Amino acid sequence: MIKVKNLHKKYATKHLETLVLKGIDLEVKEGEFLGIMGRSGAGKSTLMYQMSLLDHPSGGEILIDGANTENMSPKERTQMRLGTLGYVFQDYALIPELTASENVMIPLLMRGNTLKEAKDIADGVLGKIGLSHRIENKPSQLSGGEQQRVAVARAMAHDPKILFADEPTANLDTVSGESVIELFEELHKKGQTIVMVTHEDEYAKYCDRIVYLEDGKIVKESRKK
Amino acid sequence: MEKGIDRSNKFGNTLKVGWFLAKRQIKGSNKATTLLIIFIMMLTFLNLVVVSGILVGLIEGGNIANREQYTGDVIIKTLPGEKDIGKTYEITNTLEKMSGVEYFSVRYFEGGQIEANYKTRRDFDTLQDLVSTQITGINIKNEEELSNISDYIVEGEFLKEGESGYIIMGSSLLRRYSADFGDYFASLEGVYPGEEVKVTVGDNTRTFIVKGILDSKVGEVSLRAFITEEDFWRLSDRPGLNGNEISISIIPGATLTSTELKSNLIKAGFENQGKIQTALEAIPDFLNQIKIAFSLLGNVIGLIGIAVASITIFIVIFINAVTRRKYIGIMKGIGISERAIEISYIFQSIFYATLGGLLGLLLVYGGLVPLFLAHPLDFPFSDGILVAPVPDTTFKFFLLLLVTLIAGYIPARRIVKKNTLDSILGR
Repeated sequence: MIKVKNLHKKYATKHLETLVLKGIDLEVKEGEFLGIMGRSGAGKSTLMYQMSLLDHPSGGEILIDGANTENMSPKERTQMRLGTLGYVFQDYALIPELTASENVMIPLLMRGNTLKEAKDIADGVLGKIGLSHRIENKPSQLSGGEQQRVAVARAMAHDPKILFADEPTANLDTVSGESVIELFEELHKKGQTIVMVTHEDEYAKYCDRIVYLEDGKIVKESRKK
Repeated sequence: MEKGIDRSNKFGNTLKVGWFLAKRQIKGSNKATTLLIIFIMMLTFLNLVVVSGILVGLIEGGNIANREQYTGDVIIKTLPGEKDIGKTYEITNTLEKMSGVEYFSVRYFEGGQIEANYKTRRDFDTLQDLVSTQITGINIKNEEELSNISDYIVEGEFLKEGESGYIIMGSSLLRRYSADFGDYFASLEGVYPGEEVKVTVGDNTRTFIVKGILDSKVGEVSLRAFITEEDFWRLSDRPGLNGNEISISIIPGATLTSTELKSNLIKAGFENQGKIQTALEAIPDFLNQIKIAFSLLGNVIGLIGIAVASITIFIVIFINAVTRRKYIGIMKGIGISERAIEISYIFQSIFYATLGGLLGLLLVYGGLVPLFLAHPLDFPFSDGILVAPVPDTTFKFFLLLLVTLIAGYIPARRIVKKNTLDSILGR
């Protein structure tokens, strides 16, 4: 589903050049739940940003569903993010003036659903994750856990092929974190491909495979027994 | 999870999402700020319409008064070098039969002198209180129908049909009305209704009792003295019954235009009998030049207003977009097109401009235009009104929309085109 070949990423300022990813080779199979772990500054979030087309690598190739993303125009990358990928950010990243339902509706509207269709799908998805009583609430009226669940609903509403999650539990208490991870587990069981960055060992157990990054390189890989 | 339908390549989706976001951002924005922006847009629109409208209205008010009180829709004047309008009787006969013509009035005039206060003049060393003017004979009924001349009587009464020995004095002939003009033209002291004046035309002198004072901002009215047609013929030695001016009005709403009426009169062969002009043509050219200059001036002032409004919208949208840069990045990250986000800001700009413009339109046509018509601005040479022709105002309304649309788009574009990840991470 995703093939990463010899991926490099460097950040350059006028006086300083920092190589963050130093030749990453990685493959994510369909239906796999991949965890990316490592210390702060190891390059795990940077790797996810390149794989999820939020950023451009400095070198190497990323193939998603067989398509080489390197040659894609910004418009095609946006289309792929809308059609094939889903995102859950660390800080929920919900739009404050929109209700929970409306936050989930936006990508659906962009994909061509009518207002009614989008609303029905959004409310349905929110209902399935136990937030039917919160659909008209704005993010400021929701708890952190609820906000992250809305973010998961937004990422999943259009049924993406790959779900990317960047430390989705980092800002949550244990109970809320557990509930979000259980939601991922549930999705994974239904065949969803998930790539999750985390630094919390207790959630790594849910992943099929974990790659460990250190200083911009994969130094270790482990699989679920 | 249910799957959405992929029709994402359609521009309609972009518009739909843009509208969806704009609507919710406006709803979620601070009400006082929104009202303030709309108020600024309304003031801008008023500045655009009202300033030039009043400047043009000063001249236009004069033009309207000139048409209503003096020229009618078409006027026939004595040709230069001629003493009167030839074949006046035939012209009036033709006008009576011409469809679309409402009223006409023939005026007869001779240059003459009016002397006042001669009874109180102590000796022949003091100057006579004299004024030179056109002594104008009118048919009371016809003139009243054409110009409602009696409406402009400010002292005493207007002439009645069949009476003799009375005169109506134009206000500019009297010092108490024309003091503002300084010594621009001679004027008489005193002279109130009931007083006697001596009128001399050629070798004939007669006394008249002042029946009323006529005050108008149309010089051709306020600088004349009016007597009945019958008194005019008694006073004047001129042979024949030809007139000096024929003012003609058209039935309101008739298909006949003033240009067509003029053309009909020319076709009827009266071109060589008098100078035939539409009301517009009869306006002195310098007034039209002033009108153009005022209009230009008004538009320049209005454009400065538009620049201020566009800067206001630019700042509002820029601040809005900068403070929401993270969310713009997130939206781009989840696949919302840049265009949809930009359109959401364009819709917001249009919302402010449309509402401000509509409020301005309501104020202009619902309040200011009727107000200025009922209470014109009192200027020495005209009663200034607010001129706001619908096509002109509509153009300015859409101009405001266009300018704010651009002013909203530019800052939105600047923020939206920033790197997605940098926006999300706030770098």
